[in-house]
Amino acid sequence: MSKAGILQIAGILVLLLALLVLPNYLKYHHQDFMIFLFINILVVVSYRLMTLTGEWSLIHIVMMGVGAYTSALLSKNLGFPVWVSMPMAGVSAGLMAALLCFPLFRMTQFYFLIGSFAVGEAIRLAWIFFVYPFGGSSGVSSIPPPELLGIDFMEPIPYFYLVLSVVTICLVILYRVENSRFGLTLHAVHWKASLAESVGVNTWKYRSLAFIVASLFVGIAGALKIHYLGNVTPHQFGVGTMVFVLIWVIVGGYNTFFGPILGAIVLSVLDESLRDLEEFRPAIYGVILIAAIMFMPKGLESVPSGIRQWFSQRKSPG
Amino acid sequence: MELFLQSIINSFIQGGFFALWAVGLVLVFGVMGVVNFAHGELVMVGAYTIWLLHSQYGMGYIPALGMAILLVLLIGLFMERFLFRPKREDPLGGLINSIGVLFILQVAALIVGGTGPAKQVAPPFSGTLIIEEIVRVPYQRLFSIAVCIAALSLLWFFLTKTKLGWSLRAVALDREAAALQGININRTSMIAIGVSGALAGLAGALMAPISNIYPHMGHNVIITAFIVTIVGGIGSLPGAVFASVLYAFLHTFITAYFSGTIATMSGLLIMVLVLIVKPTGIMGRRISE
Repeated sequence: MSKAGILQIAGILVLLLALLVLPNYLKYHHQDFMIFLFINILVVVSYRLMTLTGEWSLIHIVMMGVGAYTSALLSKNLGFPVWVSMPMAGVSAGLMAALLCFPLFRMTQFYFLIGSFAVGEAIRLAWIFFVYPFGGSSGVSSIPPPELLGIDFMEPIPYFYLVLSVVTICLVILYRVENSRFGLTLHAVHWKASLAESVGVNTWKYRSLAFIVASLFVGIAGALKIHYLGNVTPHQFGVGTMVFVLIWVIVGGYNTFFGPILGAIVLSVLDESLRDLEEFRPAIYGVILIAAIMFMPKGLESVPSGIRQWFSQRKSPG
Repeated sequence: MELFLQSIINSFIQGGFFALWAVGLVLVFGVMGVVNFAHGELVMVGAYTIWLLHSQYGMGYIPALGMAILLVLLIGLFMERFLFRPKREDPLGGLINSIGVLFILQVAALIVGGTGPAKQVAPPFSGTLIIEEIVRVPYQRLFSIAVCIAALSLLWFFLTKTKLGWSLRAVALDREAAALQGININRTSMIAIGVSGALAGLAGALMAPISNIYPHMGHNVIITAFIVTIVGGIGSLPGAVFASVLYAFLHTFITAYFSGTIATMSGLLIMVLVLIVKPTGIMGRRISE
């Protein structure tokens, strides 16, 4: 292994260690904040896998809802332990995605964006309309927390450790997926679709697979979220939430694995510090979004290299 | 029978509004290639202007309507000049910018109107037209549908009979070829979004007395406008108008006999079906790559 690789792994280990100790020094609502931040990181990173193929969907958050509802209903109504219902959440979101591939991937680009929005909104309306089993617009409440060795997962610190471990495992898998042959093919499907097809890549299949894998992971994220909150409503998975995911990914930058994570962290921290402004927050988000698109089209991740470039240009004029 | 006849009348009125919402979206998409997600919020701003000027400050309804059109038109021009023009080569960028505007306008509405229950405006044209004790149409709605039809006819005249209208259609057909013919793309885009904004402002002003006014009212507008635009064929104005009336009938009848949720759901599913089976819509043309 190269020296840089070892350094990188050491850095990540230090970071993980810091995260293990950190919650003990935080206030109650900051611990809450950390839990949701990590869940959101899983959401944006799985969304990025989808965007690798060049297709931007608006259904991602609804797939998160599919996972959340599955886990909620399995654990509450059928008495499954959360350790079973949580993976099932991922599986059901993946299956749902597999079913939706047939209509959705007949479209591309703008049509796909609008089509995915329509299908997602229809699923969400179904949750509202079918009071049994989905509970209508008030959703499902008193969802049981996970149980293990008598640990109280209603408390934020144990739940944070659970989220941290699940999200870390998922991120490692997603990272490996992106750098595998499969992930490279996704890049090819995006940038050179006809060339990829001419060498025998079934672009439809790869787009679908990316969508299914992304949905699987976001389904797990959905389950993580609702077993902490204890309730699930159709409102949590509206297009408004989806727009926030888009903003995190775009402001962070979607060209590297770490861009969306950076976006989610920076904007969530900013959001948290603007807590006093309450209803003005969307406007501030709007301004940030426009500023990011106008002045930083490659996202926050491009800032360090931009600065480096600026300095090297200053040193060597002409 | 009564419900049936009443639903037919309501469908036509609803269809007029749907068409007014959708035509502006189609115009901007056709000429500028931008999906304006803030279009619903432009309608909302129109409605809020009526609430503020007419209900709060006692300005006459018609002058307030004029102010609503003017204000939304200016917002539209601002968006084109500073947000869409720099991002002309990047459709995703334009779309994201419009989402930013959406947030800002919603908060602006919240600042102007405050939180609390949805606002209502007393209809300036009171009274109801009653035909044979079966069908009731409030004069306010009659006025709205008349203005809708007048506005759409005016737009049709503008697009088919005037030179400026021709240039708009030329840019929508093929931007580069139009530019080569000496058509000023920037000016044409300004006209397109100006017309789109004016129609959105008008729609909002007409809606104000007959619906609830709240910061998120644009959500419903944009969903409907998308459904209608896609079913009618993206970039086709007659298609959008035709689809508006069709969808209004479907929506009104399903709402009257079943429920509003089912009505919106079936609209969305029809849109997906159209996207899959005939992506060019019922009146669209095929665009070669």
